[in-house]
Amino acid sequence: MENPIRVLVAKPGLDGHDRGAKVIARALRDAGMEVIYTGLRQTPEQIVNAAIQEDVDVVAVSILSGAHGTLLPRIAELLKQQDAEDILFVAGGVIPDDDIPELLTSGVKAIFTPGTTTTETVEFIRNNVRK
Amino acid sequence: MFDKDKLSNIESSLIEYEKETEKLLEKRPERKKVFKSGSGEPVKTLYTPLDIEEFDYSDSLGMPGSYPYTRGVQHNMYRGKLWTMRMYAGFATAEESNKRYKYLVEQGSSGLSVAFDLPTQIGYDSDHALAEGEVGKVGVAIDSLKDMETLFDGIPLDKVSTSMTINAPAGVLLAMYIAVAEKQGVAANQLRGTIQNDILKEYIARGTYIFPTEPSMRLITDIFEYCSKDVPKWNTISISGYHIREAGSTAAQEVGFTLADGIAYVEAAIKAGLDIDDFAPRLSFFFNAHNDLLEEVAKFRAARRLWARIMKDRFHAKDQKSMALKFHTQTGGSTLTAQQPDNNIIRVTIQTLAAVLGGTQSLHTNSRDEALALPTEDSVRIALRTQQIVAHESGIVNTVDPFAGSYFIEAETDRIENEAMAYITKIDELGGAAKAIDDGYIQHEIMDAAYKYQKEIESKDRIVVGMNQFQVEEESPKGLLRVDLSVGEKQKERLVELKKNRDNESVQNKLDNLRNACEGDANVMPFILEAVKVYATLGEITQVMRDVFGEYQQSVII
Repeated sequence: MENPIRVLVAKPGLDGHDRGAKVIARALRDAGMEVIYTGLRQTPEQIVNAAIQEDVDVVAVSILSGAHGTLLPRIAELLKQQDAEDILFVAGGVIPDDDIPELLTSGVKAIFTPGTTTTETVEFIRNNVRK
Repeated sequence: MFDKDKLSNIESSLIEYEKETEKLLEKRPERKKVFKSGSGEPVKTLYTPLDIEEFDYSDSLGMPGSYPYTRGVQHNMYRGKLWTMRMYAGFATAEESNKRYKYLVEQGSSGLSVAFDLPTQIGYDSDHALAEGEVGKVGVAIDSLKDMETLFDGIPLDKVSTSMTINAPAGVLLAMYIAVAEKQGVAANQLRGTIQNDILKEYIARGTYIFPTEPSMRLITDIFEYCSKDVPKWNTISISGYHIREAGSTAAQEVGFTLADGIAYVEAAIKAGLDIDDFAPRLSFFFNAHNDLLEEVAKFRAARRLWARIMKDRFHAKDQKSMALKFHTQTGGSTLTAQQPDNNIIRVTIQTLAAVLGGTQSLHTNSRDEALALPTEDSVRIALRTQQIVAHESGIVNTVDPFAGSYFIEAETDRIENEAMAYITKIDELGGAAKAIDDGYIQHEIMDAAYKYQKEIESKDRIVVGMNQFQVEEESPKGLLRVDLSVGEKQKERLVELKKNRDNESVQNKLDNLRNACEGDANVMPFILEAVKVYATLGEITQVMRDVFGEYQQSVII
């Protein structure tokens, strides 16, 4: 049997709305992945360090506070600096469509906006995670 | 209470009715096997007196304005005064937010409701490393009394009532408000408003905690005590189910967990030596309004009745005001869709009806674009107009609690009260709300409900119009409100300026005094007020408290 996909679910910044993060964490777990959830108020540095220490395949962050423009590119940048770009970096939350192209250029591989099903997220991860 | 013979007649005809219905169903089956409420509770085809056999008018309902307050807390409800139309607003700098408040007041808003940005809510100044990217985003940035003076510039604080969504540093923001009022020549005992000040639901669902449970409860009871003497018209806490529901709870959990938090605050205050009737009249509540109109109306009625009974039987309150549950309502943010956002206006209308038919004292209506960003001025106006149309055109305000006596509504009110009470009993067994939160019990129950809800949407057991059915191809929404990053820079410059021009020696003195108060057992409020007045920043004041009290460690539950 293949090793299960390991995912770090993280909440960057000061945003306390973690319903989405927790729902995703459970859905990924139910889909057979190993899930680590960081809890609230993680800095980009803490998230990337945890990702490396835990040797995850995926970093999935949830953000609803509007600070995505600052925090997501910072996480992508740190992953690059740590030579960890092969970790699949995805994000979800209240993120306006107009902001998405720039975030994708900065290194986020997918942005899941409100209304995305957990099945779509699971599929995306399965199809895009490092083999 | 119904006559026994009559009940047995009803029973026979009900059996007959069910037989006939079943026959008809063979030919024409119903659309679903089970019909469920918004919270997933099964709902029957028909409700009759048999569902409320124990119903006793005086015991179950009573008159509006008297125990057990099921029908409302005022005698004539909206015939006297409409609810306060209170729109939650705040973004960017104090100047920008001040303009929005003045706009809302011009448009007929009857109370202010201040949204603070996350750094402010967590006690960080705008120049703190963790504030990076967050300044002014979800609310206004307040670093010191200077910002607060700007925020309320030209707004007479003896005329408006102001609600502030602030929890862990509630005492600091309240002190700033008192200080601004003083500069306007308005005495503290004239001030009307509310601070949220509900830390337990921050641990459960909202996340803007700072200090551990014990010192947090002390800060809260210090505020109760201080306000009962110095700011007597101020609502010292808004015990909030809103965020519990947003996190995914059911309606009954919303009532059960919120009232369990309420019990914890009452017990803490009694333990601190306060008399129940000195502080309980200033307790207020904050609930959500979701789309299932009838379940929501029943929920508000059940909450009022249960709280009245708890205050009377458990805490032996004597003042009627201690037993009357007053509440603010906000329409449910999590019910809004990013798809076809104009549909949200209709959802908010249903939720407004629920809140008003449920007897709310004040209401915030969400704007159609809130699943996408902070609302624009146009969207906020429509949301406010929704309340005004319900108030002036719908007719539902003409009589008090018009749904009372409906078999279904009364049965639902009983069900929600019973389920909520079962949660309270369970939480008592676990050692109270604070303990149940530390153990993760409450968070886990909410998460189970939230996950079930998500799965129902994905399997289309639950239809959300425009999201999982009736979709259309849509273009990206245009004209969303954006807060640019220069707000953070502006706030940082102001902090530099402030620290250059204030009397730094006094600041240090006042902070030292506050530290002593925190280490001892004096009421901290007068010390916070002194520090605020010499322009100590929110971050500096909170840091002193962090040093003494430490910080809360969240239990991570998925």
